[in-house]
Amino acid sequence: MNATVAQQFKLSHSDAAEEFNIDEPRVNWHDEALWFVREKRDKAVKQIPEWELLRGVASDIKDNVLTSLDVYLTDFEANAQRNGIKVHWAADADEHNRIVLDIIQKHGVQKMVKSKSMLTEECHLNPFLEKNGIEVVDTDLGERIVQFRDEPPSHIVLPAIHIKKREVGDLFHEVLGTDAGADDPQYLTEAARQHLREKFLLADLALTGVNFAIAETGGFVVCTNEGNADMGAHLAKVHIASMGLEKVIPKAAHLAVFLRLLARSATGQPATTYASHFHKPQKGQEMHVIIVDNGRSTQLGRKEFRNSLKCIRCAACLNTCPVYRRSGGHAYHNAVSGPIGIILAPNLDMKKNVDLPFASTLCGACTNVCPVKIDIHNQIWQWRQVVTQEAPVDFTKKQGTHLMNTVLSNPKIYRLAGKIGRKTMRFAPFLVNNGLNPWYKQREMPEPPKESFREWYVKNKKAP
Amino acid sequence: MKVGLFIPCYVDQFYPKVAIATLELLESLGCDVHYPLNQTCCGQPMANSGFARLTSACDANFMHNFQGFDYVVSPSGSCVLHIKEHLHSEKDAKTANILRGGIYELTEFLTDVLKVKNLPARFPHRVGYHMSCHGQRGLGLSSASEIVGKPFSKPLQLLNLVNDLELVTLKRNDECCGFGGTFCVSEEAVSVKMGKDRVADHLAQKVEYIVGGDMSCLMHIEGILKRQKSTVKILHIAEILNSK
Repeated sequence: MNATVAQQFKLSHSDAAEEFNIDEPRVNWHDEALWFVREKRDKAVKQIPEWELLRGVASDIKDNVLTSLDVYLTDFEANAQRNGIKVHWAADADEHNRIVLDIIQKHGVQKMVKSKSMLTEECHLNPFLEKNGIEVVDTDLGERIVQFRDEPPSHIVLPAIHIKKREVGDLFHEVLGTDAGADDPQYLTEAARQHLREKFLLADLALTGVNFAIAETGGFVVCTNEGNADMGAHLAKVHIASMGLEKVIPKAAHLAVFLRLLARSATGQPATTYASHFHKPQKGQEMHVIIVDNGRSTQLGRKEFRNSLKCIRCAACLNTCPVYRRSGGHAYHNAVSGPIGIILAPNLDMKKNVDLPFASTLCGACTNVCPVKIDIHNQIWQWRQVVTQEAPVDFTKKQGTHLMNTVLSNPKIYRLAGKIGRKTMRFAPFLVNNGLNPWYKQREMPEPPKESFREWYVKNKKAP
Repeated sequence: MKVGLFIPCYVDQFYPKVAIATLELLESLGCDVHYPLNQTCCGQPMANSGFARLTSACDANFMHNFQGFDYVVSPSGSCVLHIKEHLHSEKDAKTANILRGGIYELTEFLTDVLKVKNLPARFPHRVGYHMSCHGQRGLGLSSASEIVGKPFSKPLQLLNLVNDLELVTLKRNDECCGFGGTFCVSEEAVSVKMGKDRVADHLAQKVEYIVGGDMSCLMHIEGILKRQKSTVKILHIAEILNSK
C-alpha cells in the first residue's frame, strides 16, 4: 500500500474526506465521472416499465433465500458435488485464505490469476498469498491498475475510478514500458491486454468470484465485462470460485430477474458482456467452490440489518451517493465502500468502523436505486443507534448530545438558551464566528433575529 | 378545521418570518390555527446522532402540546418525517400513533388536505427550487429521479399557481445539499462541497432566489451564498405562497 493510502486508512472518514477535498477540481472530476454512470443507469432502467416491480421480485426472492439459507446452501453443495465440484466451507477470512493456500500447495502452483472478487478483498487474500510466495495477478483491468499501485480498489465495480488516464499512462510507462506521456485509452488497454495474455497462459490456477450460485443445479454464474474470468478459468488446471454464503439463489430461472437488474444498476448496460455459467470441471481440470461466512451469519441474526445480505454488489448506491462521490472510496477504509459498505462494515469490526454510519446525510438515494430494495439509509440510521451504545464513542460527543437533549426537551431551558444564543450572536458575534466553529470555516452563520417566533406570537397573536 | 402549528426549533429561533408566513397562509385559507406555546424540538438532532434512546422527553413534550388537533402542520419535511417515523410513547401509544398519522408537511397539507387550486400570490422573480431529501424521498412530496414512474411534485404544483414566478430547471434537480444535521459539522468538508455544488447549479441558471421547504437546508445554502458574497437570496416556499 502506498504512503498516502496507508495514511488514509488510519484516518476517519471525515478526515480522509477532508484530505480528498483539498484538490477541488479532482473532486469535481470524480463526482462527474460517477454521476455519468448514475445517469446512464437512470436511462437504462427507465426503458424497463416494470423496473420497480422487478426490484420487488428480486427483493422477495432474496427474502426467501435469507429465511432458508441453510437449505439452499446444502442443496447447492450436494448438487455441485454431484457435478464434480469440490465444495469447501470457511467460517472466516483466515480459513478461506488457508483453504486457497492448501489447494495451491497441493498442486504446486507458482502463478495464479484472479478475476474480480470483492470477497477476496474483504479476506485480504492477496497479501496473505504473497507472504506465502505466490504471485497473484489481478486480471480485471481496473484491479490490475490498483494492484500495480499497491492500493485497494476504491469502488466495488470500478476499482480504479479514482485514477485519471494520464496517471495510468505514467504507471504503465513505469511497469509495462509504454511510451512516456502516452494516455490514449486504447493504446494503454492494448498494452495491458498483451501483458495479461502472458499471465493467463502461464497461470496454473485461476480464482474467480461468484455472482450467483444456483441451488437447484449446483452451478454458478460469474459476470464480467472483460471476459477475464473465463480466460483464466478455461486455461488453468485448477479453478477456485470464492463466494459469500449469501450469493445462493434457489433456481436458474431466477437469473432472469437478477441478470436484468445487475448490469443496468451497475453501469447502465442491459447485461454484462459476459455472464458465464460454470457447472462442472473440464476434463483434466479441478473445480473448487469456497463458501465463506466471515460475519455473514452474525449479520443474518441482526434483525435490523439482515437484509443487507441481499446485496448483489452492483454499486448503484455508490454512484448515486453524493457523499461517496465527494469523498472517494478509500475514505471508507473498508473493502466495500459507499452506503452499502457503511452498513456491512460495522458488522465486521464495530470499533474500527464506528465513524462510517455518520458518513451520510441520510438522503435516501441509495435506497431508491438498490435493485434488491435494501433500505440502506434506514440501516445507516440504525447503525448509529447501535454504535453509540456498543462501540466507544467520543466522550465530548456523548456529553454534547445529552446537553442538547436537556435544552431541546425542556421548554423553559430551550427558550432561555435560544434568547442567550441569539443575543450572543448579535452582540458578540466573534464568540461564534471563529475557527473553533466548523460551520463558520466555509459558511456564514444565520443572522439572528431580535425575537423568536414565539415571542412575536405572544405579542401579536395570543388570545387575551 | 383546527390546526396545530408545529414550528421547528431552529425556525422559531432563526427564521420567525417563515413561521409567520406559514401561520398567515394557513389562516388565509380558512384554517383555525393554534400555536402551542410550550413546543420545542421534534428530537431529530439526538436521534440522527445515534441517541434516539434519549428522545422520550422530546416525544412527551411534543405529544403534550399537540394532542387534540384535527391536523398538525409544519413548514419542514425533515421534522415531519422524524415525527412520522419515530414519535413513540410507552405510556400512551394510541396518541403517539394518532399524531404520527395526523402530522403534515405544509405543502402536502395544501395540496392533499386543503386541495388548494389557486392562490392570490405573486412573485415576479427567477426562482430555483431546492427539493430537500427528507420531504422528497421520505414523505414522497415529489418523485425522485432514481425511481421509474410518473413525475410529480407537490411543492412545484403550488409554485405553478404563483403569478409571474419563473421557475428554472436545474442540472441535478434532486441532489442532496449536504446539510444532513450534525453531518454539516462532523463532515464539514464534504458537507460544504455538496452545498457549493448545489449553489453552483442554481447560480448557473441565474436565479434570484433559492426556494425550498426546509430551512435547515436553506440555512446551509445561505451560509455558502453569503460567504461567496452572492446577492442570491433564500426563501421558504411559505413566504412565496403567502406573498401578495
